[in-house]
Amino acid sequence: MTSAFSPHPEILRITDLHSFYGESHILHGIDINVHQGECVTLLGRNGSGRSTTLKSILGLVGKRSGSIMVDGVEVINVPTHRMARLGVGFVPEERAIFASLSTEENLMLPPLVSSGGMSVDEIYDLFPNLYERRNSPGTKLSGGEQQMLAMARVLRTGAKLLLMDEITEGLAPVIVKKLGEVITLLKLRGFTIVLVEQNFRFAAPLADRHHVLEHGEIIATIPQAELAGKMDWLHQVLGV
Amino acid sequence: MEVFGIPTALLGSQLLIGLINGSFYAILSLGLAIIFGLLNIINFAHGAQYMMGAFVAWIALTKFGVDYWMALVISPILTGAFGIVLERTMLRKLYKLDHLYGLLLTFGLALIIEGIFRDQYGISGQTYEVPEALSGGVNLGFMFLPIYRGWVVVAALAVCFFTWYMIERTKLGAYLRAGTENSQIVQALGVNVPLLITFTYGYGVALAAFAGVLAAPIFQVSPVMGSNLIIVVFAVVVIGGMGSILGSIVTGLGLGLIEGLTKVIYPEASAVVVFVIMVIVLLVRPAGLFGKS
Repeated sequence: MTSAFSPHPEILRITDLHSFYGESHILHGIDINVHQGECVTLLGRNGSGRSTTLKSILGLVGKRSGSIMVDGVEVINVPTHRMARLGVGFVPEERAIFASLSTEENLMLPPLVSSGGMSVDEIYDLFPNLYERRNSPGTKLSGGEQQMLAMARVLRTGAKLLLMDEITEGLAPVIVKKLGEVITLLKLRGFTIVLVEQNFRFAAPLADRHHVLEHGEIIATIPQAELAGKMDWLHQVLGV
Repeated sequence: MEVFGIPTALLGSQLLIGLINGSFYAILSLGLAIIFGLLNIINFAHGAQYMMGAFVAWIALTKFGVDYWMALVISPILTGAFGIVLERTMLRKLYKLDHLYGLLLTFGLALIIEGIFRDQYGISGQTYEVPEALSGGVNLGFMFLPIYRGWVVVAALAVCFFTWYMIERTKLGAYLRAGTENSQIVQALGVNVPLLITFTYGYGVALAAFAGVLAAPIFQVSPVMGSNLIIVVFAVVVIGGMGSILGSIVTGLGLGLIEGLTKVIYPEASAVVVFVIMVIVLLVRPAGLFGKS
């Protein structure tokens, strides 16, 4: 679907999304639209429902209802493993690097889902540390290197919509800066990115739009152009 | 000729018996390890599935004239398919529960399967002839080696190596190893984990059936042949480390040899030596010799 206001096709449209863990009702009617090449953030305090929104898109929650359209296809009932085939790449909060696989095996693990993914050479150019440590067990890498590997493994697959969960958590400033440069590059290459972040200073300059969540609901959507005027309110809401 | 006062013929023959038993331990514990690793289920029906493998070969031979070599292929496929049906209809309902539920369900299934075979064929064993190409033996000078028993060791080692290679050196094995660590993320990366689980269980059951066919000409084909063996195999898995592939193979063969040696040195202890080692390992290294704590 192409918006009347945007020349780019809509890659993700979430409408009235409700999610549950067991009896707990976590998301209460989330609405988000993301167009190709955009980067949007989900901001909020811990427990506000940001990570659950990403997991709900992938079907990693107990129960969900509403509508999730990926590139015009309804996926609310699509099993998790088929989401990657629709071009959705996931970078999880815990990085999920597999201890029993080498760095290169971790990188090569996800199946290719479409053409246009980065080649292994391009990935090693982007993250030279991974090339140097390609034969090391994945979990012997530093935290920053593991984060790079978690991002790299979805870039190779041809995924076009990247769901990134707290990628800067616990990382040194120099690594955070590098990840910011990578996201800028990915945007330039046409990737669509949904970024869950606690580190507002990292996310602020990268995103086209910020969705602020509280108690499983979106309480504000702030376009980049309006960000400067909302900074005091955001600091208050996010507690930063 | 003697080694430490023990005639070499006696030592050699007991070590061979130990190696043969160890081969069965290795294949069976390997199947259990694969199933536990990905499904988180302690498959107590493994002994019954090993018995089914032997019975399928015996029925195929006596009712349909299917020879040993064909049975080595057909029996694992049929028994593995039976395992796939069990996984799809029952086991998958238990994955999110504690290990104990899977153990109880498969224990119940083992009793049911064994009961059906007891009812149909009685408790006395059926004989299965050694295939002609593998009959007879070779005089090694210090001992007589029955060819079929040598074949069992070679076939078991080949199957164990093939399985190890598939798991440790192929893309499919990488999916399996990663799925063992975090199946949700592997699914999110685009791997059909439910299908992987189904076929993993089927393969584990097929391994048990393969061991059953190998065992048919050595032991009598009997409904209780699995339950006699499975307790020792569980001890092997505990010693090797739950879910450890290499641990299952090395520990299975090693414990078979230790059992054989014990029969020569102190025969009274041969029936319990594996369990003594299991107790020591549990006290000193609870994760097993090859397991990760």
